[in-house]
Amino acid sequence: MPLNALVISCLAYAALMFAVAYAADRAAARGHVRWLDHPLVYTLSLSVYCSAWTFYGAVGYASRSGLEFLTIYLGPTIIFCGAWWGLRRLVRVARMHHVTSVADLISARFGKSNRLAAMVTLIAVIAATPYIALQLQSVRLSFEVFAMDPRGVVTADALGGTALWVAIGLAAFTILFGTRNLAADERHHGVVTAIAFEAVVKLAAFIALGIFVVWGLADGPVDMLARINRASTDPRIAEGWLLKPDRWTALILISAAAILTLPRMFQVLVVEAADEDRLHVAGWAFPAYLFAMSLFVLPIAVMGRELLPADANPDLYVLTLPAASGQNLLALLVFLGGFSAATSMVVVCAIAVATMVSNHWLVPAWLALRRIPVGEDTDDLRGFVLNARRFAILAIVAAGWVYHQASGGAAALAAMGLVAFSGMAQVLPAMLGGLLWRGANRKGAYAGIGLGFTLWIGLVFLPSVGIGGDLPVPQGMDAWTAAVALSLALNTLVFVGVSIFGFPDPVERFQGLSFVSAIEPLRHSRTASADDRAEPLLAMARRIWGPEAALRYFQTEARRQGKSGYLPDLTPDFLTGLERRLAGSIGSATAHAMIDRVAGGVALTVADLLQVADEAQRAKEETQRLEAAQAELTRTARQLHQANEKLTTLSVQKDAFLGQISHELRTPMTSVRAFSEILKDPDVSDPDRLRFAAIIHDEAGRLTRLLDDLLDLSVLESGQAQLNITVVNLHDLITRALEAASATRAERGFLIDRDLPSEHLGLITDPDRLLQVLINVISNARKYCDAVHPVLIIRVQRPQAGGAIIDIIDNGSGIDSGRQSLIFEKFARLNDPARAGGAGLGLAICKEIMVTLGGDIGYLPGQGGAAFRIVLPQKPAGGTG
Amino acid sequence: MPDRPLFLERASFRRRRLGDAARVLPVLAMMLMLVPVWWVPRSLSYAGGAVWVFTLWAGLIVAVRALHRALLRAETATIRASEDHAKITVHNAP
Amino acid sequence: MQLDILMIEDEVNIAEAVRFILTRAGWRVDLHGDGDGAIQIIRTQRPRLLILDLMLPNRSGAEILAELRQDADPELAAMPVLMLTARGQVGDAGGQADAVLSKPFDNDDLRAMVRKMLS
Repeated sequence: MPLNALVISCLAYAALMFAVAYAADRAAARGHVRWLDHPLVYTLSLSVYCSAWTFYGAVGYASRSGLEFLTIYLGPTIIFCGAWWGLRRLVRVARMHHVTSVADLISARFGKSNRLAAMVTLIAVIAATPYIALQLQSVRLSFEVFAMDPRGVVTADALGGTALWVAIGLAAFTILFGTRNLAADERHHGVVTAIAFEAVVKLAAFIALGIFVVWGLADGPVDMLARINRASTDPRIAEGWLLKPDRWTALILISAAAILTLPRMFQVLVVEAADEDRLHVAGWAFPAYLFAMSLFVLPIAVMGRELLPADANPDLYVLTLPAASGQNLLALLVFLGGFSAATSMVVVCAIAVATMVSNHWLVPAWLALRRIPVGEDTDDLRGFVLNARRFAILAIVAAGWVYHQASGGAAALAAMGLVAFSGMAQVLPAMLGGLLWRGANRKGAYAGIGLGFTLWIGLVFLPSVGIGGDLPVPQGMDAWTAAVALSLALNTLVFVGVSIFGFPDPVERFQGLSFVSAIEPLRHSRTASADDRAEPLLAMARRIWGPEAALRYFQTEARRQGKSGYLPDLTPDFLTGLERRLAGSIGSATAHAMIDRVAGGVALTVADLLQVADEAQRAKEETQRLEAAQAELTRTARQLHQANEKLTTLSVQKDAFLGQISHELRTPMTSVRAFSEILKDPDVSDPDRLRFAAIIHDEAGRLTRLLDDLLDLSVLESGQAQLNITVVNLHDLITRALEAASATRAERGFLIDRDLPSEHLGLITDPDRLLQVLINVISNARKYCDAVHPVLIIRVQRPQAGGAIIDIIDNGSGIDSGRQSLIFEKFARLNDPARAGGAGLGLAICKEIMVTLGGDIGYLPGQGGAAFRIVLPQKPAGGTG
Repeated sequence: MPDRPLFLERASFRRRRLGDAARVLPVLAMMLMLVPVWWVPRSLSYAGGAVWVFTLWAGLIVAVRALHRALLRAETATIRASEDHAKITVHNAP
Repeated sequence: MQLDILMIEDEVNIAEAVRFILTRAGWRVDLHGDGDGAIQIIRTQRPRLLILDLMLPNRSGAEILAELRQDADPELAAMPVLMLTARGQVGDAGGQADAVLSKPFDNDDLRAMVRKMLS
């Protein structure tokens, strides 16, 4: 088969992958997640377990060691037999805490310690790098099979860059679809769907080859079994194939551990799972997938040995067998299957490890380096986190490629699969202990993982790359088995021992209770306090999720509490929820630290600890029912309280209203009266006379404006305003408003930041009224923005329901949260030091106009300046013009 | 009228026993995979071993599937039973 | 030469009118337009009469008056104060003032009241 055709089909296949991922992401963005969420897609995505190492290597493994290759699949099968009570609980607990990786899980369980997470990340990076190199090598080797020219010489220059090009393509794919968003639950629909698709290709290719081998080359299953038995009469094979019980046991246990702890498996198994229900299907379907993938391995190995030359590489039998039999199309299919296996492993592994590296190394380091109070730095943390993740993906894939080049693609790589498995397995004791035993604590986890990691490096990893020798073991025992058994046993022993003698701090005990009992994580034990601390929290969330998502979350939470606006009370429930959502984006340890810095952490109290003991004993359903009732009561109470406050304020304002009108009318009147009386005096000089007449004129104008405003307001309030509804371009309106408002404090040079393309929106509304509102808000910004270099930002969005959202934001010091709800009241600026001669009716009129137009205007907190949001409906309610 | 209807007891009893079975299954699977290899490694290393492993494996898959179906049915039955129970209680409330 | 009258008023036009009226009547008048710093100005200028607007930015006239009446210097504490107000009622603060004048006022009334208080 010509190499060019191979490259073309390879590129076509990659393009197909991009298309599938893109389509799935699009569908997810539009909310069509039903089929993306199907348990079958989930099950298929788990097949990322079968990397190129198993796709190609299983046959080689079987040809050398017989049935022992099955251990790699039997371990996961045992774990999935316990899906109902084990995996479901793992997924439930992990999703409850918005865990983003296996390192995050460990860190969250053991008191949200980032250093622990950083250590687990280190293991993951060390284990993943050679493993990725292995995938690149398998792709390169499979290319070589096809690149053999008829004389059996590899056209080497044609292949020089294979591994590099594959690495670049994979990094691009991963960055494109793995870092699209910082979604709080870290799900990547595009990637998962592409992986599921690749799973089908892998399986189809392997089964097609198996059927060809069993029924095409051999003579059906019975003949196949006979051939296996015949092969085993060869003494060399009989010796290699003989099962060694110690290795058999160790391999099954290690691969059982791997399915839980490998970063890529944790990613697809736990992080990408929407809920634990999909395990009902995956519980039997994933073992069935593994069953199907391994059914034909031994037949292929046996037929390869029989039909191919003795020096053929058994790791490539799956390719060389159909190629030698002239089945070029089948060989191509198998090649694509192996390509799938390699690419899906690299993609998911890179996403998972990059999340860990960025959440537990880069972001904490960056935050620690900057040391700026979180409320004050306004830059975009979300951008940093995403870039950190992209950088980590590039670094990991690049490290895999460098490793591949450095090792020269030697056979040493073949062992890397098991080395990676046994490395990540060092996390298992802490993970299982953390989920099942409340006594497990951080020091124990440190000691256990640390010791296990060191032993693994010394006894397994370094010997595998040719540094140091194998463990000296008694005759008849396998060195690898002994090293793995020793490191895991000491790891567990130290973990348990140190845990028994340690005493965890309250945060850790809380988390322990939550993980072991699978109950909702504990509330933040902080007392609700003044509103104004909600604003820095909002500013922080904005930096991580982006402005819209943060505002939406805060508004929903405020509404749940029965409050209007964007600033919920800092109840324990709200803080806990917020921290967990943030944890979904940046890891639990960092989220915890950030909330502490902004909201001001309060140490846990004895009462909280009593609550821990109490909570465990309470019947869960009873609690939930009570809590629901209590939440309802609290909500009603808060609503009543708010209504009452509003009423009291209103009545005070009503009383003050007449006094205020009186004041506003009397003030200009005083000047008019005094100066007109002065003018009666014949001795006043002409220049004075002119000046005084001008003052009288100005003050009379001020009186007229005030009366106009009052009339306007009363017409709007009584709902009798006439609207002239027409279609208008919002862009023109904003331009006109900016021109009209530029007369206000014309000496201030404002930098206007507009997004012109988004402004071209057709609106059905009363343009004069809307213009009035825009002019008022922009003039206000011009009057009150106290920045040295004033900037006015105008942003327009089109909501899905139609209409428009206009945000007008300046970079001044903004409005105190205490006053934000008052500024739309009449005469709100009466005691304002900077009221600049206005009566304070402007925003009250704006509010009434917006209500009349069927929209709203509100103050937008946490934007780094005074910010107003004008919301317009698609068309005014019932407005006929 | 009895405090709790009989079928609620039965449904939840059945669910608990199935839950026990789900806990035992992985342990059983592990025993079945490990013990024979320690016992008679030689006779399980070749064609006979392949037949044995794949038969055991297929059996486990079928067992897990049956168990999960039964557990789902039992769970919905328990929920329905307790809902019915709740309805009756509410109905009889003064 | 001692200042006769200090006026604390934020509305520039009203302040201008009052100054014009009283200056022409022969008194030395000074103006200040903010509640902040009013006390310091009163202490340094030591006017014979203080005309105080009730509604001021930053600090109300009533607060300034209350602080003035508490001053350690007995001469300052006893300073005659004419309170100007644009609201219907003055409230408790009016009690501490020596006289109260409602806006808008008659220029002759203002002159007469000031003359009486300075005599």
